[in-house]
Amino acid sequence: MGKELIKEIVNRYENDSGMLIPMMQDLQTEYGYLPAEQLRVLSKTLIVPLSRIYQVATFYASFRLAPKGQHEVTLCMGTVCYLKGANRISETICKEYGIEPGGTTADRLFTLQAVNCVGACALAPVMIVDGKYYDGMSPVSALKILSELRLKDEEGKTEGGE
Amino acid sequence: MSVEKVIDRKIGKVIKSIGELEDVREDIRKRKKAVGKVIRVCIGTGCAAKGSRKLYELFSKAAQKSGADVKVEAKCVGCHGFCERGPIVVIDPGNIFYQGVEEPDVGEIFRESVMGDRVVERLLYEDTESGKKAMTEEEIPFYRVQKRLVLAGNGLIDPTDIEDYISVGGYSALAKVLTDMTPDQVIDEVEKSGLRGRGGGGFLTGRKWRSCREAEGEMKYVICNGDEGDPGAFMDRSIMEGNPHAVIEGMIIGAYAIGSRQGYIYVRNEYPLAVKHLKQAIEQAREIGFLGEDILGSGSSFDIRINRGGGAFVCGESTALMASLEGRAGEPRAKYVHTVEHGLHDMPTNLNNVETWANVPTIINQGAQWFSSIGTEGSKGTKVFSLVGKVTNTGLVEVPMGMTLRKIVEEIGGGVKGGKAFKAVQTGGPSGGCIPAEYLDAPVDFDELTKLGSMMGSGGMIVMDEDTCMVNVAKYFLGFLRDESCGKCTPCREGIPQMLYILNRITKGEGEEGDIEKLEVLADLLADTALCALGKTAANPVLSTVKYFRKEYEEHILEKRCHAKECRGLFLYVINEEICTGCGICKKNCPVEAISGERRSPHKIDQELCTKCGTCIEKCPFTAIEKV
Repeated sequence: MGKELIKEIVNRYENDSGMLIPMMQDLQTEYGYLPAEQLRVLSKTLIVPLSRIYQVATFYASFRLAPKGQHEVTLCMGTVCYLKGANRISETICKEYGIEPGGTTADRLFTLQAVNCVGACALAPVMIVDGKYYDGMSPVSALKILSELRLKDEEGKTEGGE
Repeated sequence: MSVEKVIDRKIGKVIKSIGELEDVREDIRKRKKAVGKVIRVCIGTGCAAKGSRKLYELFSKAAQKSGADVKVEAKCVGCHGFCERGPIVVIDPGNIFYQGVEEPDVGEIFRESVMGDRVVERLLYEDTESGKKAMTEEEIPFYRVQKRLVLAGNGLIDPTDIEDYISVGGYSALAKVLTDMTPDQVIDEVEKSGLRGRGGGGFLTGRKWRSCREAEGEMKYVICNGDEGDPGAFMDRSIMEGNPHAVIEGMIIGAYAIGSRQGYIYVRNEYPLAVKHLKQAIEQAREIGFLGEDILGSGSSFDIRINRGGGAFVCGESTALMASLEGRAGEPRAKYVHTVEHGLHDMPTNLNNVETWANVPTIINQGAQWFSSIGTEGSKGTKVFSLVGKVTNTGLVEVPMGMTLRKIVEEIGGGVKGGKAFKAVQTGGPSGGCIPAEYLDAPVDFDELTKLGSMMGSGGMIVMDEDTCMVNVAKYFLGFLRDESCGKCTPCREGIPQMLYILNRITKGEGEEGDIEKLEVLADLLADTALCALGKTAANPVLSTVKYFRKEYEEHILEKRCHAKECRGLFLYVINEEICTGCGICKKNCPVEAISGERRSPHKIDQELCTKCGTCIEKCPFTAIEKV
């Protein structure tokens, strides 16, 4: 399946190695991250050195080399959010869950991304959980949302089990 | 309403001549006139985050079910700019401006203002001073002194429907260019208008176009830079989301003038809605024949491709962006080889910012003379700013160049939020600087802001109040730039972390005499030796804060005191014994058990143990905890 998929993605961009970044973005959309094996296939199909693919993968912040968590938590670290205390929110979350920005919790509950600015400054500080925007965050309210995430998942599991 | 449907049902053909375009426009306008009431729901990121998509669905359903004699249309529109008061819904005719609309309000608005001709008073904007209600945008102080050229279509047209853009005169500039003007005449016009690049550099757009036209190369490229990376700036996002066709039309005109067949729009990865709307817009423009071969029967051909950024700030720099478009890591190169001669794939390439492109159709339509009558001697036209931070009216504003900072912050922005004192306004993003209160009367244009040690940049305007520590602000920007430095050149890779190291010491209370001077030496070094603009201007936030707020640095270094009480280590948390009820909440939540006290009697914080995490101040229900 992997090889077929890569072929299709490469064809999508007419085999143009200049479109390497969009190809990798498409690959990431499929898997949620960039699996090492697929990158090797991509390197061979496109005839681009693997080192260059890894250079690109590690240069751009949006590429991930490890699978992400079940939920995607994005914390805006733009100037306005920072002025209104986003760094304290980030610190609190990281400490509580023992992760770094960009990391995933040990139980794969969520991946925390600290991004530069989502441009929703009227809502600062902003946290986005699976595409839903939460405005006016504080360390306490952010933690509450995240702990509810876990509860919801557990509820979902027991319901599914019954 | 999907894109395909619109085209099948309505235009449904390739427009092959200018005459045909005008016929189509007439036809669309006739059809639009038949609609009795229009409900415009803002779906810009700000309003959408507050649930405006759901509002749109509810209004659409209501419109379908209404069964009234008048034809009702609900449509999504781009950002109105007044994000503070979102979600925004406008009812036409009458242009009734409803703000802070929530789901339960939909029924009432529909019944009163759509089916009837009454106004729902409670959802109107109320002037904070006079208490007067404002019916329309024009009556709201936030909009009154603005001049909306680039944002004119935002909030008015449905960005996902090319017909809406055509009905308000869209693509008429393109038609004019293709029939009446030679490429040289187009460049002359843009040059005469005095339009300067809105991305930050402020280079004359017409001159750039001419250099690219005159450069030799078998292929020429035009690029739209939509990699809006400055934190606190969302002008370009709103234009791409709210009026994508204006950008595309500008690019087609530019491509014709320069002699390019291929264009690229490079959009930031964090802007999914902008990508979606641009994609739709390009597809629609292609189907109608504004993009592709033989545009409007003129013989010229041009097409546009969208590339999403990878989340690297440095890719906003033109050479880094081009490297990224070539599928490489976005590292800038030295600029003595100009990109207008050797740019993308080593071919002549003309890169302009989103807002610059969006200005082009207006200049062609209204003429260079008209455009250059707006603004100041050296900066023509208008500029869009995102007015954010500790300001009452957060939002997107467009003003003529030369308006004073005071007018923007106080009149449009409504002053500092919560009655606090104004301290500074930060312009130009991480490469810009902080401008203090004494220069609030300075006119805003490219040259004046540079004189003040800041810059226009792409248009972020961040208001800071008395609770903002300027050393901390400088530290924030340097931290940002350290993370975003691509690492290619040593001054930037090593210089920024050194400056940051010093600032970190200062904010921790470990500053030493001579630190400010060290920062200045490093700043000079960066400006002289870094490879690209990111490094060259990296020290601006430090230099401008040192220049205007030196006292604050000295307080941190010599007195170990942070006036704004933001720097951990330079202030203490104490419990006000008179207010404390001894409820014990702070004690329970303190992560280091630094708080002690009996129930129902005032508690105490052990300063030796306290890590200044701030949990107690946030948890205290009686605001008994103070920073001293």
